[in-house]
Amino acid sequence: MAEAENIVVATAERIFADLADPQTINHDKDGRWSAPLWQALSDAGLPLAWVSDALGGAGADVADGFAIINAAGRFALPVPLAETLLAGWLLQQAGIAAPEGPMTIAPASPRDRIALNADGTLSGRARGVPFATGAGHIAVLAQDDDGLSIALVDAARLRIDKGLSLANDPSDTVTFEKVTPHAISRAPAGFDKDSLMLMGGVVRSLQIAGALDQLLEISVRYAGERVAFEKPIGKFQAVQHNLARLAGECAAAGAAATSAADAIARGGAFDDAIFLEAASAKIRSAEAAEKGAAIAHQVHGAIGFTTEHILHRFSLRALAWRDDFGSESHWAVALGQRVAARGADELWPLVASR
Amino acid sequence: MTALRFDPIRLPPECEELRKQVRAFLAEEIAAGTFNPFQPLREDADAREFSRRVGERGWIGMTWPKQYGGHERSFLERYVVTEEMRVANAPVRRFFVADRQSGPILLRYAPEHIKMDILPRICRGELCFAIGMSEPNSGSDLFAAKTRATKTEGGWLINGSKIWTTSAHMADYMIAIFRTSPSTKENRRHGLTQFLVNMKSPGIKVNPIGQITGQKEFNEVVFTDAFVPDDHQLGEIDGAWKQATSELAYERSGPERFLETYYVLTELVRAVGPDPDTRSAEGIGRLVAQLHAMRRMSVSVAGMLQAGKEPVVEASIVKDVGTVWEQQLPHRVRDLAAFVEQDAGNRETLENQLTFAIRTAPKLTIQGGTTEVLRGIIARGLGLR
Repeated sequence: MAEAENIVVATAERIFADLADPQTINHDKDGRWSAPLWQALSDAGLPLAWVSDALGGAGADVADGFAIINAAGRFALPVPLAETLLAGWLLQQAGIAAPEGPMTIAPASPRDRIALNADGTLSGRARGVPFATGAGHIAVLAQDDDGLSIALVDAARLRIDKGLSLANDPSDTVTFEKVTPHAISRAPAGFDKDSLMLMGGVVRSLQIAGALDQLLEISVRYAGERVAFEKPIGKFQAVQHNLARLAGECAAAGAAATSAADAIARGGAFDDAIFLEAASAKIRSAEAAEKGAAIAHQVHGAIGFTTEHILHRFSLRALAWRDDFGSESHWAVALGQRVAARGADELWPLVASR
Repeated sequence: MTALRFDPIRLPPECEELRKQVRAFLAEEIAAGTFNPFQPLREDADAREFSRRVGERGWIGMTWPKQYGGHERSFLERYVVTEEMRVANAPVRRFFVADRQSGPILLRYAPEHIKMDILPRICRGELCFAIGMSEPNSGSDLFAAKTRATKTEGGWLINGSKIWTTSAHMADYMIAIFRTSPSTKENRRHGLTQFLVNMKSPGIKVNPIGQITGQKEFNEVVFTDAFVPDDHQLGEIDGAWKQATSELAYERSGPERFLETYYVLTELVRAVGPDPDTRSAEGIGRLVAQLHAMRRMSVSVAGMLQAGKEPVVEASIVKDVGTVWEQQLPHRVRDLAAFVEQDAGNRETLENQLTFAIRTAPKLTIQGGTTEVLRGIIARGLGLR
């Protein structure tokens, strides 16, 4: 992904470097880093980058938002920046003004469904909602017989059962019990229930790709420093080849994720081509997370298995992010069904169209 | 360590127009019976005329200067032609090596009169090239080559042998490295020189070698006082090692590095039908996602080549990931085909293809730079060597 090629992304990277140093966060048991970080991000307009000026946001390009998210992955950022960006994007689709403060999205899994009742209230349960704990508002995609609606809900009106992701970030169960939304509007034409999941999946793919880049960098550095059998372990061919494989996984995840982000940023409907790009990004980056995290841990040995070391901040998040907005298994089945329905002779034209 | 970057390069609109032309051309060739796209194992006997017709279309030497018969088109346009030919299983072997590797080497290192003589004939699809690298006792260890070029009046005398030389039996020329000096203590890569060899000259004997696929694509080539004139020397005496690296990016990152067994995926999709069970759907979905990611990496490298860069590490990554993928593909397809209906219409086609693809698979991570060599190059790029 483009590094610091424009002011928005450069600003994000500077804030991450100054206020979200993984080493500092890892050692600060009281979470003192959190409030200044969010404040700086908010002051720079980053959480609402995908919301237009008219609706209370910064009105940045879609591509810039994706670049911010990729950079956030490189820092394993443990605040809901990606979630707030995505919530703002969803609200923007329906022309709903975005509030200040952290937000998240429900549902966060293609297996959950929030119903819009005839009286205008919302009912249902969403599992694995990232950072519902701590969110002021939740952007909701709701369904009724007439189609999809997008709503903004005050988080205080919801039952939130706390849970934790693989990486110990909030991953909560959110229950809507005839909740009246703060604002609601019909989803625009062409916006279907896959659209949010695909967009969320691309966001997670970019974060995974960013985390993998970091896993490669710290593993290469460690292999150059750690001496065993009288030489740096990076001089052993077995270790070199494992790191070369990790580079391959980084490359595949990065290429798939940035390609999907680019496809969405160029606009257009969520058609078969965007489906191929976004689903492939989630599938391939999730597969890369599994292989890449295993290699990074293998290179680090026991020290990488400690809470003291920062490795887990990247490895566990890369693995945890696989679960949100549809796992690789979910998207593989959906993509496979689509490919089969198009027919054998339409597979290559689809792949070649990208 | 510098970060790896695979920018999302998109093929420009002229590529899509070209793609339509290539597909229409291939459909005509298939209809005329030139080749069977479902049958990857075949003889090359008919490919001589096919090569000329591809040349007539302007699809060989596409990126080369017009003065040498080239067409000054982009690497991305060449990419489209290569991938469409590969996916259709077109018989490209006769011209592909010259198009990909030999031509670019000649462009860079051959004297003008040789370029004017040979390059236009490559572009017309008239010439077949082989690459003389491996020897009986030097494969991946390229710089251990022993076959000698000894100075004589007006040229060089070649003695020794090359092995695993694809297409040598039908090649008009070979570009080979021969030993002109011993290696030195300071530089074990020193002492090899690159030459253009006319395969029709006396003193060259080509012995076919049978492969486990049933094909006889590769050969042993024995040189006995074979004469190579002075003007066939390519580049610096004793300095072939300096010339080897830049061509690797061309050779390693193309669509042929992950599409060699692609046909089994198409047939699997046909065999499972429009409404597959969950297991088949998931398996196909993963393979398609992996294929798409591979292709996006590969197109990205083509974009870097077009921009005049030498993405040696990125190209090595594409070949490493791509060849491992195309090697595993027939085995994954076999897994997924295990429960396909016994009376699926294309069952026999798929089974025949799997037999050939599974026999082909072992070579994919060996030819043109083994996985081990590639990972060494990647590790060097990461700063580990």
